[in-house]
Amino acid sequence: MDLLNAIVAMANFVFLPAISYGSQLALGALGVTLIYGILRFSNFAHGDTMAFGAMATILFTWFLQSLGVSLGPLPTALLALPVGIAATALLVLAVDRLVYKFYREQKAAPVILVIVSMGVMFVMNGLVRFIIGVDDQRFADGARFIITAREFKEKTGLQEGLAIKSTAMLTVVVAVIVVAILFWFLNRTRTGKSMRAFSDNEDLALLSGINPERVVMITWIIVAGLATIAGVLYGLDKSFKPFTYFQLLLPIFASAIVGGLGNPIGAIAGGFVIAFSEVTITYAFKKVAGYVIPAWEPDGLVQLLSTDYKFAVSFAILIIVLLFRPTGLFRGKAL
Amino acid sequence: MTLTPRDMALFVIVFALIAATGFFQSWNVALGILNMGLISAIMALGVNMQWGYAGLFNIGVMGFVALGGLGAVVVSMPPVGEAWAAGGLRVVLALITGAVAIAAAAFAWRRLPKGAARAAILVAMLVVGFFLFRWLFDPAVASIEKINPAISGYLGGLGLPVLFAWPVGAVLAAGAAWVVGKTALGLRSDYLAIATLGIAEIIIAVLKNEDWLSRGVKNVIGIPRPVPYEIDLQNSESFVTRMTNWGYDPVIASSITVKLAYTGLFLAVLLILLWLSQAALNSPWGRMMRAIRDNEVAAEAMGKDVTARHLQIFILGSAVCGLAGAMMTTLDGQLTPASYQPLRFTFLVWVMVIVGGSGNNFGAVLGGFLIWYLWIMVEPFGLFLIQGITAGMSDGYWLKDHLLDSAAHMRLFTMGLILLLVLRFSPRGLIPER
Amino acid sequence: MSDTPYGDDRGNKDASITNRKPAATLKAAPGSGEPKHSADAYLIGDTVTGGYGRGADILHACTIAVDEGQIAVIVGPNGAGKSTAMKAVFGMLNLREGAVRLAGEDITNLTPQDRVAKGMAFVPQTSNIFTSMTVEENLEMGAFLRRDDINATMEQVYTLFPILKDKRRQAAGELSGGQRQQVAVGRALMTQPKVLMLDEPTAGVSPIVMDELFDRIIEVARTGISILMVEQNARQALAIADKGYVLVQGRNAFTDTGKALLADPEVRRSFLGG
Repeated sequence: MDLLNAIVAMANFVFLPAISYGSQLALGALGVTLIYGILRFSNFAHGDTMAFGAMATILFTWFLQSLGVSLGPLPTALLALPVGIAATALLVLAVDRLVYKFYREQKAAPVILVIVSMGVMFVMNGLVRFIIGVDDQRFADGARFIITAREFKEKTGLQEGLAIKSTAMLTVVVAVIVVAILFWFLNRTRTGKSMRAFSDNEDLALLSGINPERVVMITWIIVAGLATIAGVLYGLDKSFKPFTYFQLLLPIFASAIVGGLGNPIGAIAGGFVIAFSEVTITYAFKKVAGYVIPAWEPDGLVQLLSTDYKFAVSFAILIIVLLFRPTGLFRGKAL
Repeated sequence: MTLTPRDMALFVIVFALIAATGFFQSWNVALGILNMGLISAIMALGVNMQWGYAGLFNIGVMGFVALGGLGAVVVSMPPVGEAWAAGGLRVVLALITGAVAIAAAAFAWRRLPKGAARAAILVAMLVVGFFLFRWLFDPAVASIEKINPAISGYLGGLGLPVLFAWPVGAVLAAGAAWVVGKTALGLRSDYLAIATLGIAEIIIAVLKNEDWLSRGVKNVIGIPRPVPYEIDLQNSESFVTRMTNWGYDPVIASSITVKLAYTGLFLAVLLILLWLSQAALNSPWGRMMRAIRDNEVAAEAMGKDVTARHLQIFILGSAVCGLAGAMMTTLDGQLTPASYQPLRFTFLVWVMVIVGGSGNNFGAVLGGFLIWYLWIMVEPFGLFLIQGITAGMSDGYWLKDHLLDSAAHMRLFTMGLILLLVLRFSPRGLIPER
Repeated sequence: MSDTPYGDDRGNKDASITNRKPAATLKAAPGSGEPKHSADAYLIGDTVTGGYGRGADILHACTIAVDEGQIAVIVGPNGAGKSTAMKAVFGMLNLREGAVRLAGEDITNLTPQDRVAKGMAFVPQTSNIFTSMTVEENLEMGAFLRRDDINATMEQVYTLFPILKDKRRQAAGELSGGQRQQVAVGRALMTQPKVLMLDEPTAGVSPIVMDELFDRIIEVARTGISILMVEQNARQALAIADKGYVLVQGRNAFTDTGKALLADPEVRRSFLGG
């Protein structure tokens, strides 16, 4: 029984949070990795693209809520999501047209594009702050829990409760669907294959008649979609605050790099590796330890690192992976 | 490399802008901009060494600047005797233990034969080292932080004059840069950018959480100054009489005198650094750096150790950032870890370098002054602009209120716009290289 | 250092922020100052003069042509401008004089992509396959511009190169050198081109594989596709060529049928090693 309690506690405090956080990171990292594969640079504006997408969705959610529209147990934000994605896609396409396209035509070095994306990051960050401000925004509605800790305890008779937040479940379900669609698109459709071909060998893609500008455009639209979904899920699960999205850049980049930049499967794996290590290493195992070894009464929290050091964990994982596999976990097969 | 008349004119324009603030607004504000402009120029010099001379992409400037700030605390704050008695030595011992464990593991990794045994020994060493460290460290920290937490709760510093903190800040930053550079540079391709991004966040996390070291988010205030205090000047009879005789208000004059004293100190540092950077750039060493940058393969073929040179310049540039960080903390008189934001302390410095002119020291300095001026002045300008736009709207209209509230966020938008415009129309910056 | 300020990466090679894979090199450089018309053929680069970018001329009044269902081979010493002549025909060279015509139509001002749409296919010397994609996907990408059913063409390619059918689910990057070349030629054939241009298709493959590849090329030509090919192995290439062009320093040195060139004592002495 104690062992069961320990497992439930682990599931509740480590496994579930890590899965939903991992899904959010994976979606973010997929966007970064697609840009890296197709446009050949790391997009520093990605965190702010996520923030913009989430913001657009939130504004439309508020509008829907004011009309009294509701999805019942599901958050209204899901209804607003397509609008948010469309707004974000329009924004990134406009940015591409106004900013990035010029550098592509000039055959600019990728590192110049990285610096350009810094400028875009400033602009987008300013835009989001300008429109919605810097404060926390709440937009989640619908059912809070699929199963609360109390219900779980009553049903199972265990001491430990397992609370499944509906947003956590939603995050996982949506992420699975999105990833499935993305992979179907990349591996099964003509357009998706042309994107892979372009990322693999630009010259040959041109010789095959693949239109680079179209590939780039579709990439941006997909990235806008991924960023918005990731941003909204993160906002639903935690809260929306522009600055936290900016700070997600590090774990997102770490995920993409750990998995092998340019590789979508790697981005997903990287997201979960980073999320699980962050949550596990910063979790206080006191309770679990108490169940597993009842005789042992630890005086501390049995926490390897304080939660504030979660960045340090993603960073350490990143360094370890890069030291032993400089091209990431999934090298070779790109996009 | 000398300044052309056009470059001179650009400098004159920037200083005229700052002076105009003095004439039309207040000299206090103008000198404030000038002082932070000097510090920004030094940060920009540091980043310019890395990016401009060697093409190294450091996006962890914030971390090195913050380490410099920590240097100011560690050197200049008076030591807290009680805290040292409570657990100071134990903390030092814990840190040494941790360092030894890591060094031993690295040594073992290099000396032992490859295989599963090596990996197991390595992991065992690190795990044992970690728990030993925590066993020594945790109780010591707890007892230190218990001592008078409202005003102290940390070990304090060495109680030395704060000017010593500047080189110490540089050394701290250089140390961190050595660790980062050693791991992130010189594989088949480097991955410095992500490494610096990560280390900067970690440094800030340490400053925020290790209360025994930096009081964390409780901030260290009242760092001793290298210049007199305003209140002392106002109490000094000779100062008051002299200022009154010259026709100035002693209170305003005192704060301007203090700011001018800082300006003098910072200017001296900037000029020395600028002179050194110019000398270095035009020396055989500088020519070698540029040769490596322009054609690494050829430089390598000529027997240049590219990785070692990159590491060297990365450490130098980071040290300059650390120096600027120590100077900034000295100017502020306090260390507030929560105020370190990457947009302000990393990416803004990058804007300075790119706008000024990467690869050109004078360009970096110009960029430092110009961008800092704009960073401060965009807010009032933006507010003015918004007031103009919203003048036609009735008071209390939601859009008017929203726009007026949001005017403060114009500065990020503007910085991005400036960077994009410069990159597009003058990609080599205002004062291009050569 | 690069010629534009936007291309200056300061020697940065940071893999965590920039993709280190080689960038696209294909540069469309169509257009010419003075078109000339001296001869006719199905595909002809007619008295072309030009070079890369603003650089010096590499080709000087050079003419390369191939007729329907024939094999034309460009040979010559290193640096003679063989590949350059091919690129000129494909629209990747700044022409100062001369014209390129396909089936009588002047295509001098078309970009390489437009020429692909017109029925020209080009197999570069290196990086000529999508290494991370399967053999079948490589062929599909070759047919990217086509909207009709491509299965028949794919079967033709598989009949031509049976080994590819066995390996069609395998990543092309995992194949051997000779098989990769087959994928490359197969990809180009998927557009159902009228002209197939091959830049040193046998570079780096073993002699047996080379013979095999030449046999296949002859087969392709028999289906009515014109073939224009640059070759280092001049003797073997001229043996299968209907027409041979010997270039020296960007100029036509000798032009004749493959057999005649092989028999020409001067060509033998200077270019075929006796």
